[in-house]
Amino acid sequence: MFDKYLIVDDSLRNLPDGSGFAFEARLGYYRGLGLSMVEELAVTVDGEDIDRAAVRFHDGDDALTMDDMEIAYDRRWEFGAKATISVVRPGGLAQGEHTLDLREKLRISYLPFPSFNSDSKTLSVR
Amino acid sequence: MPHQIKRGVSLYSFQEELFLGQMTIEDCFAFAASIGATGVEVLPEQNMPGFPHISDADVAWWKDTAAKHGVELTCYDMFLDTKVRKDRPMTDEEQVESILRDLRLCNRLGIRNMRILVFVRPDILEKCVPYAEELDVHMGVEVHAPWHMEHAWILRTVEVADRLGTGHLGLLPDMGIFNKHYPPVWRDRFIRQGARPEVADFIVQQHEEKIMAEYTIYEVAVKMQGNKAEIGMAEMLRHTPYSNPKRIKDYIPYFRHIQAKFYEVDENLVDPSIAYGEVIPALIEGGWNGYLSSEYEGNRWIQDVQAVDSREQVRRQHLMFERLLAQAEGAN
Repeated sequence: MFDKYLIVDDSLRNLPDGSGFAFEARLGYYRGLGLSMVEELAVTVDGEDIDRAAVRFHDGDDALTMDDMEIAYDRRWEFGAKATISVVRPGGLAQGEHTLDLREKLRISYLPFPSFNSDSKTLSVR
Repeated sequence: MPHQIKRGVSLYSFQEELFLGQMTIEDCFAFAASIGATGVEVLPEQNMPGFPHISDADVAWWKDTAAKHGVELTCYDMFLDTKVRKDRPMTDEEQVESILRDLRLCNRLGIRNMRILVFVRPDILEKCVPYAEELDVHMGVEVHAPWHMEHAWILRTVEVADRLGTGHLGLLPDMGIFNKHYPPVWRDRFIRQGARPEVADFIVQQHEEKIMAEYTIYEVAVKMQGNKAEIGMAEMLRHTPYSNPKRIKDYIPYFRHIQAKFYEVDENLVDPSIAYGEVIPALIEGGWNGYLSSEYEGNRWIQDVQAVDSREQVRRQHLMFERLLAQAEGAN
């Protein structure tokens, strides 16, 4: 649910220190969820799957790796809230348009299977 | 005899606008009051940032804002994250502690009904009954499709409530269990995803004839070589039970609140799928005097092609309720 709203428009940018790129995203669920239940934030850029180890989640000052998120029992991704997802990629992305795919895999306790939500948008690096 | 059914709204109904920041909580209260609703149902994990750490000032804000708009807080929708850890499920003790956390916040908010997710085990709830009694919160297990009022899993909660003789454990029906016709907004979405109209029509017709879902799924998946959208549309039949509206009144002693699920009310103020025209007379006959709390869930079926207007949908559902309540009252 909320698939088309996951990737925030006009939010793709290169990181100032040249270490990668980042964009804003929302959680595809009708309530907030503890970060430990966000099993996967799978990012694809221009058809290239990004390695899980290169993905970071920021909801404040400190960045979490996907492994960190698995044990972040006391932090939540609030309903409708924009968080930053960054990708370690030296040099960042070339100027111009890029197709970005995001797939969120959530561990929802009352569902027998994981919840998958995905969005794809073509954004310009700003 | 005049009916005593009250009209309320769940904040779930405005999830599209709340998610996108197009409405505030206070807008929802004001809107509910504007259509004559007197109750608002809340989802703390959706509507209260910082959950579960909610300050007394926050609690006061919720109470004051409700009072300001002349509505009461009717129900607290809890969640239970039994899979919070990847390495192991929650222990029974942790589950009870999580539910107790919700019971306490519910009590602080002055709310006396809690919607319990249907998957919560009856024996866990049994352990919570003493706390629910102390905090005076009724724990109503959500009777949500594909479960129904007389499903064996639901009857386990009824059995526990009877055995304990408690007035603080029971049921909380979601009207999605009275899905008489395949929702048109579902059909249309599957067509946009690639279902052939003739296959979609076949699935709708199978539901009209109340044919067991498994027959239709096999027909579509195997015999018709259905594509992904068509199989998905057929599989949704598992979640569209039409249980007997006449039976609801037998369970009224077990519930204190009703979630009035809907996917669409059309411009003629008719719900094309959920059998409110049959449910409301049965509720009046049974002497139901609690809330019908609007739970609009159509947004996820139309948001891919059009702007969602949850307020208009809820407004229409309440006009439909007024009409059906007046009709049923006149017939009694």
